[in-house]
Amino acid sequence: MNILTVKSVAKSYGGVVANHNVSLTVPQGKIVGIIGPNGSGKTTLFNSIVGHHAIDSGEIHFDGQEISSMTIPKIARLGMLRTFQQTHIYGKMSCVKNMQISSDIDANWRSIFSPFPKEVDEMADELLAFVGLYKKRFLLAGDLSFGQQKLLEFAMALMKKPKMLLLDEPTAGVNPTLINGLIDRLRQVNEEKGITLLVIEHNMRVIMNLAEHIYCVAGGTMLAEGKPDDIQNDQRVIDAYLGN
Amino acid sequence: MTTKIKLNNLIWLGLPIIVVAPLLLPGYTTLMTYIWVMIVLALTWDMLGGQTGYTSFGNITFFGVGMYVSAVIQRDMFTSGIDRFERVSEIVVSLSASEYFISLGTGALAGGVVAVLLAVILGSGILGMRGHYFAICTLGLGHAAAEIASGIDYIGAGSGMVTPIYPEDVVLGKEIFYFYVFFLLALVTFVVFKKIYKSQFGLALNAIRDNENKAESMGIHTTQYKVAGWSISAFFLAIAGAGVGNVIGFIDPVEIAFAGPTFGVWMIVMAILGGKGTLWGPVVGACVLYLSKEVFWTYLLGWDKVALGLMIVVIVVYFPKGIFGWVEERKQFNKLTMSQKGDGQ
Repeated sequence: MNILTVKSVAKSYGGVVANHNVSLTVPQGKIVGIIGPNGSGKTTLFNSIVGHHAIDSGEIHFDGQEISSMTIPKIARLGMLRTFQQTHIYGKMSCVKNMQISSDIDANWRSIFSPFPKEVDEMADELLAFVGLYKKRFLLAGDLSFGQQKLLEFAMALMKKPKMLLLDEPTAGVNPTLINGLIDRLRQVNEEKGITLLVIEHNMRVIMNLAEHIYCVAGGTMLAEGKPDDIQNDQRVIDAYLGN
Repeated sequence: MTTKIKLNNLIWLGLPIIVVAPLLLPGYTTLMTYIWVMIVLALTWDMLGGQTGYTSFGNITFFGVGMYVSAVIQRDMFTSGIDRFERVSEIVVSLSASEYFISLGTGALAGGVVAVLLAVILGSGILGMRGHYFAICTLGLGHAAAEIASGIDYIGAGSGMVTPIYPEDVVLGKEIFYFYVFFLLALVTFVVFKKIYKSQFGLALNAIRDNENKAESMGIHTTQYKVAGWSISAFFLAIAGAGVGNVIGFIDPVEIAFAGPTFGVWMIVMAILGGKGTLWGPVVGACVLYLSKEVFWTYLLGWDKVALGLMIVVIVVYFPKGIFGWVEERKQFNKLTMSQKGDGQ
């Protein structure tokens, strides 16, 4: 059972072809990786999937629904969230508030006057403890270090109880000791909460450890796919990275 | 914590003093009335301008719309319409006490409702724009509204209209009545906004201010929140406008109702001076700006605007986040140093 199916998606900016005939499938409950040299169109693919821009052609199905023409908030509410390469957090709000607003809030007129329910606060504390930020919960998110902000962003995504997370370079800029902890947590989330992960990563050690299946994008097209070991030994992938 | 306790004590002490203030200082009743008005203006501007980070130069439109809608209802509710040959700007309606208060209440509420409708219509159109584009788009709103009002004969066109005369047989004088009306309006606005800023809705507005792309990618329909916030502001602002029209006793499209250079600019300056994005900031800013304006005007006539400008420059340079923004920043700084000590790092 595939939770996400991308069928021959194309996207170009003016004359620049960022994605051309890209297809991939993500099975329910698995961890799938995307690798590729800089500028190969990985983030464009993410943006297409989450509805950041319209695609030129192709189809995207998530959880049985065609989503390629839906708006970002609508797709997010279906249960697919993404994190960003550069951290996107609410800098002038405390970590707890960052977490609260990331919960599934009701967008009705009653929410204008009602504060967050207790369950939300408890869940926020629990998840902040999970990523190791409990002690810093009353600090402004903007005062955290870059690595901590990445952890916070990850925790914020979990507040929404997503079915699937799209992580854009979760370990970029994070120090090596934190990276190990982060990998453990990604795996834990996948196993315990059953959240499907689609991960863009440049750190080969991380992605080869984490993912069960890897896609390699180069020059806007899907170059290769397979198990981590196969990808590592694929001559086309090695060429793409070395620039031949 | 200590500052919080002190502030609360101050409020409980302050409320009874405010209630008897017009009896103690009868000469300053109108001045104090205007301070309440300014607080409402600054608070309502800050909902979008500070809490949501969307600078609007067009909020004065709602103020003027409330003023006109209320004035028309007050004029026509108990009198048999206007004679088409009469000059509208010269019509002066005299009402009995009960008629006056009923039409005032109805008019103010209707003004609020019309302003909300206008905010929803305008907001759905232009609040999809981000940041500066929205600000530029609102620049012309007040001016356009004034031009339109100047062309409608039914509301006196360019000559404006006169609001009903305050009934003489009422125990409470006009000045004192409006002092309490605006005190109550400012209090209600403050309490309602305080509750809003602590709610889910308020936090969503802050999220939009800090990172709208993130808010959207987390499933928040940002435009709807912005429109709702603007509508709430418009409601209270229009009621304030309805009252101000009656305090002045005369409405004119350019100088009073859609007075961009005075009320329109003041509401922004007050919120920024006091500290935009904070609850108390606009309140403090409104008091500081309006009182200084009066003091400078009294003692430095001719140089008063220079002095006011100088004061604004000094505050902006030394307290870039506003008076109350500076206080909040100190508090957050203390928290940061405390937590670092606690970590032993």
